[in-house]
Parts: sequence; C-alpha cells; structure tokens
Amino acid sequence: MGEGAQFAAGSVASVVSGASVASVGDYMALMKPRVMSLVVFTALVSVMIAPGHVHPVIGFTTLLCIAVGAGAAGALNMWYDADIDAIMSRTLSRPIPRGRIAPGEALAFGVVLAAFAVGVLGVLVNWLAALLLAFTIFFYVVVYTAWLKRSTPHNIVIGGAAGSLPPVIAWAAATGGISVEPCLLFLIIFFWTPPHFWALSLVRAEDYARACVPMLPVVAGAEETRRQIMRYSMVLVPIGASPWFFGYAQSVYGLTAIVAGTLMVTFAWRVRRNREGACGVRTAHHLFGFSILYLFILFAVLLIDARVGEVRVWW
Amino acid sequence: MDEKPAKIVLSEEQKRSRRARSIAIALALGALVVLFYVVTLVKGPAVLNRPL
Repeated sequence: MGEGAQFAAGSVASVVSGASVASVGDYMALMKPRVMSLVVFTALVSVMIAPGHVHPVIGFTTLLCIAVGAGAAGALNMWYDADIDAIMSRTLSRPIPRGRIAPGEALAFGVVLAAFAVGVLGVLVNWLAALLLAFTIFFYVVVYTAWLKRSTPHNIVIGGAAGSLPPVIAWAAATGGISVEPCLLFLIIFFWTPPHFWALSLVRAEDYARACVPMLPVVAGAEETRRQIMRYSMVLVPIGASPWFFGYAQSVYGLTAIVAGTLMVTFAWRVRRNREGACGVRTAHHLFGFSILYLFILFAVLLIDARVGEVRVWW
Repeated sequence: MDEKPAKIVLSEEQKRSRRARSIAIALALGALVVLFYVVTLVKGPAVLNRPL
C-alpha cells in the first residue's frame, strides 16, 4: 500500500504539520510538467491533423483539459507513491517526500483537477472525449500506479496505454469519434514507452530494487532488459512508419519515421553492446534522450506533412 | 468550560504561500469563467440545445 493510501487509512501521519507552506510551484511540480508537455504535444498534433475544422477555442479547451487531466493523474500518482518516492533518489525531491505538500492535500488536489478536467471537456467539447479522459486517469492511477507498478515487470508495458491515449482523446474531441489514424498514434506511443522507460530503469535499477518496485532490470536482470529494449525498438520501426503504410501520411513522414526508427534501433544496439561501467550508463542515457527526440520528431513531421498535404489540395 | 481554542499563528512564509495559492486559485477560477463565456459565444445557440 502506498503512503498516500496509508495516509488515507489513517495509519501514517501527514508529513506536514500545521498550516501548509506549499507554494504554487510545489503544486505545479505535483502535476509532472515534463510528462504533461509531451502529452499535450501529441494531443496537439492529433487535433491539428484530424479531418474537418476545429475552432481554435475548442482546440485550446481540449488541450487544456487533457493537460489538467494529465496533471491530476500525476498528482494522484505522487499521492499513492509517496512511500517509494521517499526511498528513490530520482523522486526524493518531489513535493510530498520533501514535506512541502501533505498526502491528503495532494489527493484532494488531484481529485478536484480530474473532476474539473473531465467535466469541462464533457460540457464544452464532447462526452466521448471526456469519457476517454476519465478512463485514462483511472487507468494511470488505479491500474498502473496502484496495481501493476508494484506487482509485475510488465508494469510500464501495460501502463503505457495511459500515456498513449491523449492523441485518441484529442481526435475524439475534434471529430466526435475514433478511427484508424488515432489508433496508429496510440500504437506508436505504446511501443515507444518500454524502450524509453527501460533505458531509464537500467540506470536506476538499484533505486527501484531498494523501493521493491519490480522493474524489468530488477526482476529479470539487465541483460534481459537490453534484449527487450532491442525487440521493442525493432517493432517500433514499422509501427512508427504505419501512418505512411496505410496512406494517412506522405512519403516525407514515411522516410523520417524509417530514418528515426533506424537511429532508435542503433541506440538500442549500442545499449546491448556496451554493458559495463560508465559506458553502459552513458549509452542508456543516450537512448533515453533520443527516445524523447524520436517521438517529438515523428509527431512534428506528421503535423508538417498533414499541413503540406492540405496546401497541395487547396492549390 | 469557556476556554477558547488556541489560535494558530501563521509564520510569514506560511502567510506568503497562502496568499500566493489564493491568487492562483482566483486566477484559475477567473480563467474558467472566461473560457465558458468564450466557448458559449463560439458555439452559439448550439451549446444550449443539449438533450437532457
């Protein structure tokens, strides 16, 4: 049981006594702004490439609600995981372990934000998108954080579905339905997540082991993790190019996806080859860094490609 | 019997952070009001024609 949950059950006292000293910045940190930025970017691309015209105000409202929903999920994740965050060096400086925000405050903040995000999206945009957003928050908090994260090494594989849904939510907001295109975007992020996170967990394996989180390097060892990173990276190449294969994107996107995918496999190969010492850590860091760039490039080119295609049709 | 509960005296830092949080909440609520107003204008009468 996470510290947040223990706090709710009354078995752990609040880490903050008396009146709160939490600043606005502490609450912003609770919303995991770096994760949020990638979520918003993928959703933005989805809104922009969706067929038909979306009014900029409606598009902005959609992105705002997705961002707030992602922030709510981040806050609820930090509430539940406060106990292991206090053990791992990577998460030690988060607001709850630092004693800046009490677990109960984080829980209330997350619940209120989630309710606002889903409610506003439903009332101002459409209820299909709102339902998908509610499901995404539920999946991230309950299925991933409370269940999978502490029970299986496949935690981030299945849990990755939560991070893959924002383009689908954005598409539903823009069109009122779901079609093949957002499902392909979902698959790209879904298969991108394991090599991205496992590259990080290779470096932080001791941290995860200390917190008893069964990440793949802790349970199956670094060698098996490197093998799995390689496999997922290879599968990611054709999936990354799939919008082009299915005729939803032009050749500029297809070429970019194949080149970027090949680079991803190259970085994964370097992780597989360099196992020991500082070199092993460096190659894992390189893969982690490139994987973020990979996703950014793919979605950015998809957006440019769609806009260039529109201009061609008009002429 | 008539004892008054002890008063909580906030430190300067607590007062500052409470004020900052209050301003942030006020701005967020104000932005929400503006958002609802603008979307109502953008959607026109359609926003009122929702099945119950």
